[in-house]
Amino acid sequence: MDLSRKEEKKFLPDENGHFGIHGGRYVGETLMAALLELQNAYEKVVPTEDFQAEFFQVLKEYVGRPSPITYARRLTESVGGARIYLKREDLNHTGAHKINNTVGQAILARRMGKRRLIAETGAGQHGVAAATVAALFGMECRVFMGKEDVRRQARNVERMELLGTSVVSVNSGTGTLKDAMNEALRYWAETAEDTFYLIGTVAGPHPYPVMVRNFQRVIGDEARRQMKEKHGVLPECIIACVGGGSNAMGIFYPFLEDPEVRLIGVEAGGKGLETGRHAATLSGGSVGVLHGMKSYFLQDENGQIVEPWSVSAGLDYPGIGPEHAYLRDIKRVMYVTATDEEALNAFQILAHMEGIIPALESSHALAVAIRMAKEMKKEQNVLVCLSGRGDKDMEHVRAALKR
Amino acid sequence: MKNRFSETFCRLRNQNRAALVGFITGGDPDADMSRRIVRSMCEGGCDILELGVPFSDPSADGAVIQRSSVRALKNGASLRRVMELAGDVRKDFPEMPVVIFSYYNPILKYGVERFSEEMKKFQVDGVLCVDLPVEESEELTLIMTQKMIRLLAPTTSEERVRKIVEAAEGFLYIISSMGVTGSRRLDFKRITERVSVIRQILSEKKRQDVPVCVGFGISSVAEVKEIAKIADGVIIGSAFERILEKALSEGRDPVLEIKKYTQEVSMACFRR
Repeated sequence: MDLSRKEEKKFLPDENGHFGIHGGRYVGETLMAALLELQNAYEKVVPTEDFQAEFFQVLKEYVGRPSPITYARRLTESVGGARIYLKREDLNHTGAHKINNTVGQAILARRMGKRRLIAETGAGQHGVAAATVAALFGMECRVFMGKEDVRRQARNVERMELLGTSVVSVNSGTGTLKDAMNEALRYWAETAEDTFYLIGTVAGPHPYPVMVRNFQRVIGDEARRQMKEKHGVLPECIIACVGGGSNAMGIFYPFLEDPEVRLIGVEAGGKGLETGRHAATLSGGSVGVLHGMKSYFLQDENGQIVEPWSVSAGLDYPGIGPEHAYLRDIKRVMYVTATDEEALNAFQILAHMEGIIPALESSHALAVAIRMAKEMKKEQNVLVCLSGRGDKDMEHVRAALKR
Repeated sequence: MKNRFSETFCRLRNQNRAALVGFITGGDPDADMSRRIVRSMCEGGCDILELGVPFSDPSADGAVIQRSSVRALKNGASLRRVMELAGDVRKDFPEMPVVIFSYYNPILKYGVERFSEEMKKFQVDGVLCVDLPVEESEELTLIMTQKMIRLLAPTTSEERVRKIVEAAEGFLYIISSMGVTGSRRLDFKRITERVSVIRQILSEKKRQDVPVCVGFGISSVAEVKEIAKIADGVIIGSAFERILEKALSEGRDPVLEIKKYTQEVSMACFRR
């Protein structure tokens, strides 16, 4: 649980944030000072006992950690293969894993003397998590959201506003998550002196990918302990959905050096890879530079970024965190896809069989877990990161199922 | 290779004037009109031309240049097309230094080696890559022979200024104030102090030959006059795009207006 402990060397980024050829800091000079200030503070402040104590206290008393692991008995029996376990990030305050990271970054922001938080959001989950910690710590907060998303996610906009955050509707570009991130970067370039940019996933320029992963690794650290305590062994397989990739990085990271544990990231296959309407960056993208990092991106032959598609707004990002790109290159993690249809199916199965309504994002991981568990032995264990709850998706699912 | 930058700055020094560095997005609003606009800027008195490569996600640019990117992309602009445009400029203006101004992704996707070869072919003089800081730039500079134009922000620490100054080629691009490209109120006192600190470091490093240009938020004749007093060059970008955009929206041909504006700011570059 201690972030200051000596980390697995092989998987660390270098001093400029490179994971293999990926990562780095590809930003304009106007942002370099802010990034170096952040990196310096991150390296100095986060490992201290004082910071760690506050971080874990908030996670325990406010977020409700540790989150339990639930054995999905009826689902397992109906599939007839390996035992399926769920790491219940849906039970966190605000209903998803996003809050782990916003708590960490907000505490750091306060200790850096910043008074204002800014964040980008797509579906609104990270925006809500940012607005929540801003309220908790009495900080000003401004969330950038594409105008299309503001329209589609009206309820989350209301939640953020109730929490005291101002939501900025972004008209530029295609009016979605990537444009919200561009706008947040622009705003930050002007205001970095008193403003902390709270990125919601393991993407962006160094040190964001490593910082967000280390705030999210609590998922994997807990899971490892819980599986060991209960079964004495590690699971054969861990499955998580990947948009930018923060819940996956959080649960995978503490298992990277356990070769017996298969790690599987599930990208959004949308309407199918062959249709071109998907968000499967690793399966359908190529190496590029955007939002301050080198990684894989969905782009055309001229290097223009292409809008992704997924039934789940939280996976709808045209890039992926650089550590995932690296783990794919070295083949430590296997990345597969699940389509909209498979995810919608898994969404309903879990609701019927376990009384749990999963987020559409997490449903992608579940779909692959069901597929894989079938092929595995009954005494084997599959652990799924149930990254969030699906209440937010009800209207959307109802509409999608009607079609 | 011919060094059009040093030749240009040397000539201007003798005339006691600052260089007018003009930026325009290549292919905005379409290839033909863009060619005419660029020509009018060159004829109007631009001393150095920066041709912007439109990008879908211009996160370091303000609203004006974002919209120019959108217009150009809609009409098929690409890195390749902008290099061809640079080739056209070269035919008509053999002494004009031309800089390709781009985000890194279009270059990376095109292929760094292929990009470098094509720039040689079209006789491009320099590259300014907005999101490629000095720590990451070797992957481009080790391959290409063109000058890499470096930027310095108001917040760039002295230690970093030293590092960047060592790598400087062509000219140094001093960003006037924080934020993205576009208009704002300029603080001439701070800019003057900044330029003198940077000149001090240049001379400590025996690099006083590197010209210092100031950009971001400069548009009026009065502003150009102030900057021309302290810098070797004045960089104007969004102001050209604003004229272009306004003329288009009012159904006029922007070429004459852009030429007239270029002549005005070019005159303002004389120091007297």
